[in-house]
Amino acid sequence: MSEGTLYDKVWDRHKVTALPTGQDQLFVGLHLVHEVTSPQAFGMLKEREQGVAFPERTHATVDHIVPTGNRDRPYRDDAAENMMAELEENVRGSGIDFSDPDSGDQGIVHVIGPEQGLTQPGMTIVCGDSHTSTHGAFGALAFGIGTSQIRDVLATGCVAMEKQKVRKIEVTGELGEGVTAKDVILTIIGKLGTDGGVGYVYEYAGEAIEDLGMEGRMSICNMSIEGGARAGYVNPDETTYEWLKGTDAFEDSEAQSASGSRTESGDDPEKFERLKPYWESIATDDDAEYDDVVTVDGSAIEPTVTWGTTPGQTAGITEPIPDPDDLPEEDRDTARRAQKHMRVEPGDTMEGYDIDVAFLGSCTNARLKDLREAAAFVEGREVDDDVRAMVVPGSQRVRDAAEAEGLDEVFKEAGFDWREPGCSMCLGMNDDQLEGDEASASSSNRNFVGRQGSKDGRTVLMSPIMVAAAAVTGEVTDVREMEEVATV
Amino acid sequence: MSSPEFSAGEAPAEKVTEVSGTGIPVRGNDIDTDQIIPARFMKVVTFDGLGQFSFFDQRFDDEDNEKDHPFNEEKYRGANVLVVNANFGCGSSREHAPQALMRWGIDAVVGESFAEIFAGNCLALGIPTVTADQADIEALQDYVEANPDAEVDIDVAAETVTYGDTEIDATVHDAQRKALVEGVWDTTALMGANAGAVRETARSLPYVPAEHIPEDEA
Repeated sequence: MSEGTLYDKVWDRHKVTALPTGQDQLFVGLHLVHEVTSPQAFGMLKEREQGVAFPERTHATVDHIVPTGNRDRPYRDDAAENMMAELEENVRGSGIDFSDPDSGDQGIVHVIGPEQGLTQPGMTIVCGDSHTSTHGAFGALAFGIGTSQIRDVLATGCVAMEKQKVRKIEVTGELGEGVTAKDVILTIIGKLGTDGGVGYVYEYAGEAIEDLGMEGRMSICNMSIEGGARAGYVNPDETTYEWLKGTDAFEDSEAQSASGSRTESGDDPEKFERLKPYWESIATDDDAEYDDVVTVDGSAIEPTVTWGTTPGQTAGITEPIPDPDDLPEEDRDTARRAQKHMRVEPGDTMEGYDIDVAFLGSCTNARLKDLREAAAFVEGREVDDDVRAMVVPGSQRVRDAAEAEGLDEVFKEAGFDWREPGCSMCLGMNDDQLEGDEASASSSNRNFVGRQGSKDGRTVLMSPIMVAAAAVTGEVTDVREMEEVATV
Repeated sequence: MSSPEFSAGEAPAEKVTEVSGTGIPVRGNDIDTDQIIPARFMKVVTFDGLGQFSFFDQRFDDEDNEKDHPFNEEKYRGANVLVVNANFGCGSSREHAPQALMRWGIDAVVGESFAEIFAGNCLALGIPTVTADQADIEALQDYVEANPDAEVDIDVAAETVTYGDTEIDATVHDAQRKALVEGVWDTTALMGANAGAVRETARSLPYVPAEHIPEDEA
């Protein structure tokens, strides 16, 4: 059993009581809500004639079905319009804050929580979405839940959970040129497997993790679930605190401290300084005990892509695609099916794999830093004639900030479609979908068959700059070689 | 067992001590929730009618012609024990996946291993996720395929799966077993009984403002 880790401490602080099942009842500090997994939960609540127990600890937005093109209401897609209307109805008068498209704060739920400062260290955070693990980047205990659990949280402010084991994943050394957080997490999942994390929470640590900004840490924690771990986290540090200071939650308190006035929200001007000792107190102790420790050499990680149909089927860009016969017995069938679907051959590398679509978006990689890095690469280059390329910012704030810097113009001039924020082609619940057997270079998180809207579609997961490079060349490309060409 | 009704709303929930019925095998590791129910069928505000979309893209081609899949086979009609392999239900947290299976008629899932969120979602519906060794599972899948009308019995409390002359030594995770056998899987009712302690915990957390915590009931 782990002891003295952030996970242990946050768990203990939020434990209400032990339940007769052997599970613990945990208080939920922040409940994020979106339109796809919540309506049935609100419905169950109504059937039971119960209200929302902690509306001020609940925050809603719309992301999965929202169109990323024409957003005039009613939405052209009736089903999407119905879901939006249902969410509006459910939050109306409930006391739940709603970052809707008119607020200018709408976006993917895992982008808006951190950017508004809703996400803070030492919180328990849940959402009916498996990528809730993203928020662990701030030293929060954050995990996805199902709809019946959403009902639990709405009705009681709590979830019933069993405590899990903690695996420390230490990423040593410095990441090389052209290597990003996305490559780190794809490598980790490739190494530990898609079910390697079942029963565990992942603590990401080590020099390579500490050197990352919050965006990179979010990309890594985001994909914990792809490795089977329901939650992943990074201990809070100065990088975390600097991000928090820039958010709505604490920006006001700084300004108020300076001016000595209070805003109408009645926010506590000393909030940041008051909470910091708590944040520091929940960080993992130096002498903490883990259930397992894994070390990954960060300096050896290459730009990494998937070759198959699970996020664990990965290879460095110069590495050969494995022969299924060389894999552990339980992985062979899946690998054979994946290689047939993707039309790749063992022994080849993924470099040069033709793509039809470039998708830069999703809760994994659609934050301002991701767009900046991709734009810096794209500037002065053009999207390949045979490629449909799109940028879908993670939130309206990301979009606005990017436009203020002129990134939209860079992308548009290069031939990218610049769209409104949402989940978009990550899971193809709106019009943004692969068609037929199109292959996509995607900065998203899942390459499952059918995931991007076409059951014959083929997804290659990669970092935002690798997506940018693939968009330009029309094939999976080692971005490091492109950079060299560019500087010659 | 019959499908649980949430409208009852009272703990304890129905006790799920055993599930019996005919089996249906769906083979393959890492069957993700996008395969169990593709996202396009989730553009709904209730779970009603999701059963017909179970494994939809595995069952139908682009022209809606049936493909080879156990869920299309007449011989498995009426089956309620799904037998799967490793890491079943990985990926998205969508409860639509077990809801679709339940509405198709599945009352229990037996497999080598399950993704955690999926198993939790099943528990919330009173559906046991029972695990056993790879060899035992494959033998059960072979048996069910050859004997689609034969009964498979799951004893949740004793952690066994019985078919023909064979009894498999299976595992039902401790908390899940207790919740099902004692009928305490309705966690809303269970946790709702502790509202006072919840407020106390909330008050002890420095980041929760006092005005966010409901007043104690008189």
